[in-house]
Amino acid sequence: MTGELGQLALCFALALSLVMAGAGLAGARLDATGARRTANGAAMGLLVFVGLAFGTLTYAFVTSDFSVALVANHSSTLKPLIYKISGVWGNHEGSMLLWVLVLAIYAALVAGLQRGGERLTSAALGVQGLLAAAFILFILFTSNPFLRLDPAPFEGAGLTPLLQDPGLAMHPPMLYAGYVGLSAAFSYAAAALLVGEEAARQQWARAARPFMLIAWIALTCGIALGSWWAYYELGWGGFWFWDPVENASLMPWLVGTALLHSALATERTGAFRTWTLLLAIAGFSLSLIGTFLVRSGVLSSVHSFASDPTRGFFIMVLIALAIGGALALFAWRAPGLQGGAPFETISRETALLLNNVFLVAACACVFVGTLYPLVLDAVNGTKISVGPPYYALTFAPIFFALLLLVPFGPRLGWKRGDLKSAWRSLYPALGLAAVAAVAVLAIISPRTVAATGAFAVAGWLIGASILDVRKRKGARASAFAAALAHAGLGVTLLGVAGTTAWRSEALTVLAPGQIMTVGPYTLRFDGVTREKGPNYIADRAHIALMDDGKVKATLLPEHRLYPTEGQDMNDTAIRTTGLRDLYLALGDDRGQGRFTIRAYVSPLAPLIWLGGLVMALGGCLSLFGRLRVRATEPQASAQALAAE
Amino acid sequence: MNAKKKRRLAFAAALIVAGAGAAVLIVSALKDNVLYFRSPTDVADKVVREGVAFRLGGLVEKGSLHHGAGAQVSFTVTDGKSAVPVSYNGVLPALFREGQGVVALGAVGNGGTFEATEVLAKHDEKYMPPEVVESLKRSGRWKEGEQ
Repeated sequence: MTGELGQLALCFALALSLVMAGAGLAGARLDATGARRTANGAAMGLLVFVGLAFGTLTYAFVTSDFSVALVANHSSTLKPLIYKISGVWGNHEGSMLLWVLVLAIYAALVAGLQRGGERLTSAALGVQGLLAAAFILFILFTSNPFLRLDPAPFEGAGLTPLLQDPGLAMHPPMLYAGYVGLSAAFSYAAAALLVGEEAARQQWARAARPFMLIAWIALTCGIALGSWWAYYELGWGGFWFWDPVENASLMPWLVGTALLHSALATERTGAFRTWTLLLAIAGFSLSLIGTFLVRSGVLSSVHSFASDPTRGFFIMVLIALAIGGALALFAWRAPGLQGGAPFETISRETALLLNNVFLVAACACVFVGTLYPLVLDAVNGTKISVGPPYYALTFAPIFFALLLLVPFGPRLGWKRGDLKSAWRSLYPALGLAAVAAVAVLAIISPRTVAATGAFAVAGWLIGASILDVRKRKGARASAFAAALAHAGLGVTLLGVAGTTAWRSEALTVLAPGQIMTVGPYTLRFDGVTREKGPNYIADRAHIALMDDGKVKATLLPEHRLYPTEGQDMNDTAIRTTGLRDLYLALGDDRGQGRFTIRAYVSPLAPLIWLGGLVMALGGCLSLFGRLRVRATEPQASAQALAAE
Repeated sequence: MNAKKKRRLAFAAALIVAGAGAAVLIVSALKDNVLYFRSPTDVADKVVREGVAFRLGGLVEKGSLHHGAGAQVSFTVTDGKSAVPVSYNGVLPALFREGQGVVALGAVGNGGTFEATEVLAKHDEKYMPPEVVESLKRSGRWKEGEQ
C-alpha cells in the first residue's frame, strides 16, 4: 500500500501546486484577497502532501520494502539504519523528491512569514507553485520513485559504498537546502517584477533576505561537507578537485554571495536595483544548471545516477522555461524600474560593486571551465578535460584580488566613504599581514611565494575582522556577522595554503614490523587483519604511531569490500592535532603480508573546513539578527523604510 | 540626473573591464591547460607529442600488471587495436582490475612508455568511463565479450 499512497500524495501535491501557482499569481492583483488566502492554504497543503510522499518513501526504505523497485535497486536489509534513510536520496528519483520537499518547505515558509506584504508574498508563491508543479511533473513522468516490482526480490542491490558515509548522508540535503533556497530569492525577484508596484520593487530584497541567507548558509555547509568527504574518502589527500560536479555547487555559491552583497545595497539605498534582480535570477538558474549537469548523466561521476535521455531533455526544457521566462519578465519590466539614490565613487556601494564584479568574473571562469568540455564534445566530438592548472590561472587571481579588497567594504560609509580613514584604520591589519608573511618566510620551509602571499592575505582578512569586532564592542551579535564571515575566508585560505605548500607524502611497500617516516612522524606497520563490518568485509591495517620507541597511538586505515554491492573502497585513517593532519590510506596487497601504504602530513588542513564553518556561523548570526529585529521592532523597520 | 548617469556608466565600465579581463584570462588559460582524452590507437598513430600531458583511456590488458620496486607498478592499456605500456608510482585505485576500464593521467616519456601521475578506475562494476566506452566502440571492441 505504501507505494500507492506515496503516488497518490504526489498527485495531490501536483494539483495543489497548480492551485498555488494560479491563485498566487492572481493574488498579485490589488483586490484579490481571496486568491491570496487560497495560495497560502495551498502552500501549506503542498508541504503536507509532499511530506507524506517523502515520508512514505522513507518508510519503504527503512522497512526494506523491496516491492518498491527503487528500494530494491538502492537498498538492502544489511545496511545500518542511517544509510537506509540516506539511501532515500542516494539515487535519482528519491533525490528529486527531496528537491521538491525542500521547495515545498520554502514555499510554506514564504506563506507563513508573509514578508514584504501580501501581494508580493502571493506573487512569490505563484512562481514557487509553477516551479513545484514542473518538478512534480518531472518526477511523475520520468522518475517515479514509487514504481512496483513484481515479484519482490528477497534482497536489495544495496547502496554505492561511496555514499555509505555519515558526511555524505547529510551532503545532499544541505546542498538542496541551498540550491532550492535560491528559488525563494528567484520567486521574490520575479514577484517584484510581476507586482510592478514601486513599493514591492523596493521591498523584495529585504523580504527575500532571510531566504538568501538560509540558502547561502546551507550551500556553504554543503560544499564544505562535500569537500571534507572527498578528502577523507577518496584517499588522495586532496580537498578540491575542480570536478564538474563540485563546480556545479560552487557556481551558485559565488553568485549567491554576490547576491547577498548586492541585495544589501538595494535594501539600504536602492542602488543596483536591476542588477540584484538579475543576480537572483542567475543564482537559481545556476542551481538548475547544476542539477542538470549532475543528474542528467552528461558528466561522468559518482553523482550521475541517471543517464536516461528523456530525463536530461525534460530538465533542459524546464531550465529553458524557468530561465527564459524569468529573463523575458525581466526584459519586459526592468526598464520601468526607478534608479536608486546616487553615490560617490568612494563609497560602500562601490565596494559592493567591486565585490560583485569579482565574484561574477570568478563564477564565469568556473562556468567556462565546466561547460567548455561539454560544448567541445557536442560540436566535434573532441574529448578534453579542464583541470586544476586552468583554475589556478583564472579563478585564483580573481579571487585573490577580491580578498585584498574585502576589508575596505565594511569601513566605507554608504553613499560617501573616506578611503584615507578606512586605510588608516586598517594599519593594524596590515601589520598582522606583514607579521604573517615574515613568519612564514622565516620559520617554515620550503619557502614559496604563493604560500607567503596567502598567509599575508589571510592575516589581512582576519586582522580586519578583529578590528571590526573591537570597534563594535557591545553591539548586537548580528553586527559581527560580516566580520565573522570575512574572517572565515581567511581561515580557509590558511588551510588551503598550508596543505598546498607544505604537504609531505610518503608511499612505500611495507612488511609487518617495518618502519616508515613521513614529515615528523615515525610509523610502524603491524600487519593487516580481516574484520567484519555490518555489511562489508575489511582488510584493516594496524599502523602504530611511534614516539621515542613507544607506541603513541594506533591508526587503522581499511580497505573494505561490500559483497552486496560488489564494490570495494578505502577508508582512510586521519589523526589530527587540529593544526596538522596525519593521513593514512591502505593500498594494494603485495603478497606475503606486504602492503602499499600511502601517508600524508597535511599542515593546517582542518582549517579549510573550520573556515567554512566560521563563514556559515557568520551567516547564522545575520539571519537571527534579522528575524529578531523583525519580531521585536516592527515599527522601527517600518520607520526605516519610510525614511528611505 | 548627472550623478545617476555617471554611476550607470561606471557600473557598465567596471563590468566591461572585468568581463574583458576575465575573458582574456580564460582564453589564455584554456589554450595551454586542457587535457585531451586519447586512446591507445591515438598514441600509436603519434597524435600526441612526447611530454605533453593527456588522459589515456582503455582496458587494462589481462596479465600485464607487474609490481616493480617500492610502489612502482606497470601495466598495459589497450583498446583492442593498439596497446600502450604504462608505468606508475603510486597506489592503484581500489577498483583497478585487469580486463577492466581505466583512465590514466600523464604523458608519454622518451621510451614510448606512458608515465602516469594519476590513475582513475571506475567507481563500481556497472560503471565504465564514457570516454573508454567511446574509444572501445571506435575500435570495434565494445561489448565483444557479451556477444
